[in-house]
Amino acid sequence: MSTPVELPRWADVALAPLLTVVTAFAVSGLVVLAIGENPIEAMSLLFKGALGSKAGWGYTLYYTTSFIFTGLAVAIAFQAGLFNIGGEGQATLGGLGIVLFCFSFEWLPGFLLVPLGVLGAALAGAAWAFIPGYLQARRGSHVVITTIMFNFIAATLMVYLLVNVMGRPGSMAPETRNIADHAVAAPMNVFLGALGISFPRTPLNISFFLAILAAIAVWVLVWHTRLGYEIRVVGASPTAAVYAGISPARITMVTMAISGGLAGLLAVNEIMGLQHRLLLEFSAGAGFVGIAVALMGRAHPLGVVLAAFLFGVLYQGGAELSFDKPAITKDMIVVIQGFVILFAGALEFAFKRPLARLFRIREA
Amino acid sequence: MFPICAESLPRSGRPDPGRGRDNSPMTPAIELIGIEKRFGAVHANRNVSLRIDPASVHGIVGENGAGKSTLMSIVYGFYEADSGEIRIKGKPVRIRSSQDAISHGIGMVHQHFMLVETMTVLENVILGAEGGRLLAQGEKEARAALADLGRRYGLKVDPDAIVGDLTVGLQQRVEIIKALYRGADILILDEPTAVLTPSEADQLFELTKALKAQGKTVILITHKLREIMHATDRVSVMRRGETVATLDTAKTNPAEIAEAMVGRRVLLSVGKQPARPGRVLLDVRDLTVTDGQGVTRLDRASFQIRAGEILGIAAVSGNGQSELLEALAGMRSAKGSISVDGVPVDPSRPDATALRALRLYHVPEDRHRCGLVLPFEAAESGILGHHGDPRFRRGFLMDHEAITRDEKAKMEAYDVRPPLPGLRSSKFSGGNQQKIVLAREMERDPAVLLIGQPTRGVDIGAIEFIHKRIIAMRDAGKAILLVSVELDEIMSLSDRIIALCGGRITGERLPSQTDERELGLLMAGVPAEAA
Repeated sequence: MSTPVELPRWADVALAPLLTVVTAFAVSGLVVLAIGENPIEAMSLLFKGALGSKAGWGYTLYYTTSFIFTGLAVAIAFQAGLFNIGGEGQATLGGLGIVLFCFSFEWLPGFLLVPLGVLGAALAGAAWAFIPGYLQARRGSHVVITTIMFNFIAATLMVYLLVNVMGRPGSMAPETRNIADHAVAAPMNVFLGALGISFPRTPLNISFFLAILAAIAVWVLVWHTRLGYEIRVVGASPTAAVYAGISPARITMVTMAISGGLAGLLAVNEIMGLQHRLLLEFSAGAGFVGIAVALMGRAHPLGVVLAAFLFGVLYQGGAELSFDKPAITKDMIVVIQGFVILFAGALEFAFKRPLARLFRIREA
Repeated sequence: MFPICAESLPRSGRPDPGRGRDNSPMTPAIELIGIEKRFGAVHANRNVSLRIDPASVHGIVGENGAGKSTLMSIVYGFYEADSGEIRIKGKPVRIRSSQDAISHGIGMVHQHFMLVETMTVLENVILGAEGGRLLAQGEKEARAALADLGRRYGLKVDPDAIVGDLTVGLQQRVEIIKALYRGADILILDEPTAVLTPSEADQLFELTKALKAQGKTVILITHKLREIMHATDRVSVMRRGETVATLDTAKTNPAEIAEAMVGRRVLLSVGKQPARPGRVLLDVRDLTVTDGQGVTRLDRASFQIRAGEILGIAAVSGNGQSELLEALAGMRSAKGSISVDGVPVDPSRPDATALRALRLYHVPEDRHRCGLVLPFEAAESGILGHHGDPRFRRGFLMDHEAITRDEKAKMEAYDVRPPLPGLRSSKFSGGNQQKIVLAREMERDPAVLLIGQPTRGVDIGAIEFIHKRIIAMRDAGKAILLVSVELDEIMSLSDRIIALCGGRITGERLPSQTDERELGLLMAGVPAEAA
């Protein structure tokens, strides 16, 4: 009989994830070596590109913002024992929600219109995720399957809408007209400029603060509210939930809606912060990165923020790296990301067991 | 021996010239010498020594937590003993895994079957002993061996039947066939009748007789004295991790065994005043539960429980008592009518929260699956089902301080060790986990209390404490429904007992005017007149 793995708390939340990252980097280094480049040099280029300048920080935090939203979406679903891989589709619908609200209420002033846009993103994402939640809760269709399918449905729906219904008048491009200037989430350089701090122009915008707020809100929700307690009971033991009078079906639907709402907020960063119009595939895979982020962040909001930052560094640094070293393409980042998912998700115990043994030896 | 056995011979060492029928009766089939096993603070087996004669049926009895299962887990290689020796046919052996046990000719039939329900009998039998990359050869041999077993022991099972379609009794038979197919000479049956109907149990004991006649050794773990008297040659009694007696069944009687099992009788005779029943707090009429397969699990059960009264349910596992508890607690839907303290409740729309609001609380039978959330801190498990209580809220947030304070107070009142509300629920021993659940449900002034298996897997010290608490609750005017597999517990705690068989109430008795035998017959569905 195998003994359950028990680690000191700090090792469980800090050391194990750190080891997975280091291992992922080390293995990726081998791949860099294999294509004939110097991994140490590549690594330093990557970090310099991401964190070596204000502009680098701007881009890094812009990516981080997106990954926090999708990471939180996956994380809260994990808490209820659900695996939401529909972040892409929910974010896509979030974009639709934004333009619908922003176009409909364009006459409102900015301080009302921007929050409405955020609300539109969250509601549309929530509604899109609620359907798989409902299908799981009442019809037993597994959310892993349905959320994947809903990604495709969302993508196709968007093509239809942008080509046939919502396209910019007089344009062949599958995109809408721009949202009003006062509906835009202020770029960080403008925001900080107003405070007298100079910051270069980057895609980073005030959605970053929304992401941090969302992380805090998820933390409060999961660990400090009755609903959060019920979510965790359902995630940890559905039978205990039934005993306690908590309906796992209701919690499944509610959690999926919250998860989808968080994923929908990704569109705030992309559409209201950067693109200012609805276009195809603006989520750019962030919905899937969210899975890696949530796995690495152990489904805890603080962990998600840190992991999102790491992936922000990888994305920004990776872009700079491939610019300097054409042999190392952006796909390299996908490789590292793949290793992180592999080590953090699939091989979690590969690290935990030896660590646990190490701690036992030290204690003895 | 059938051919399969021959293959396992070389692994078990040099061929033993004494192996076989002409074995001296003085060489035990298996001998345990000074077995010690501790789990943390729990001393599960203390210096256990046991000799089991070949070609015999040897019973091991003891209360829950007496160390029977631990001992058999050591023999079957799930645990290794801290110290002590196991000898098989006189030879010392080391059993570190169930593979080792199998290669030494030990087979075990667990209480919960280890079968793949979607596969056929034949596939299950060869599972783990497929005999090569391709199945055809192994299946052919197994089919022949199965036919041989059928002839030899009257063990007839259709090799091509899907296991999930078989009755529980037949599934158990498949488990036995599996063990024999792997060459078991010593067969351990762990609480084999807990899930069987009386007639299936009789068939099982016919089988053990046949096995004995063929030279096999059977170890029967049970806590039912009737089975011991009926089916065994010798019996060892375990109490608090020790073997306190080994007796020849023919020369003993149930009273002597019971005495040895329980030891000081104080444990079970809680100082109990006669009940003073008050008004009816729980009124159940024609409660019927049908499961997902359309099988009626509980059939028109009607009864009342008054304030200050304990109603015990006597039933063999799987005869509707779990469904009764779940239906009353709002965990599954049922037909019929329930009223709690005069308030009607619709059992077809189960609502555990509404029932709690009527102060109907529930100590579930399975504390791991229902009573606690194992990964949660004890304090968080300590509010399960009561997490909506305004005492634990501050604004719209949970008041963690109040929750921890509340749990701390309960842990002190119930002597939970260690008294740490921040410790994970899974880290407590069974008895302490049970106290956490009991404290949660009892310390909240229930009107009706449903208690399932209050002392399952709980150490002896805690049992006494729990029994006293239940009596104290009764004396405080609560209506208590008690479900337990321990007939002794039902008899010593209840003020009235109803017996269930096949989901039907087969009789009601006063504990002072009945005995184990009569209840046993009612539980087996024998009409009261005959009993």
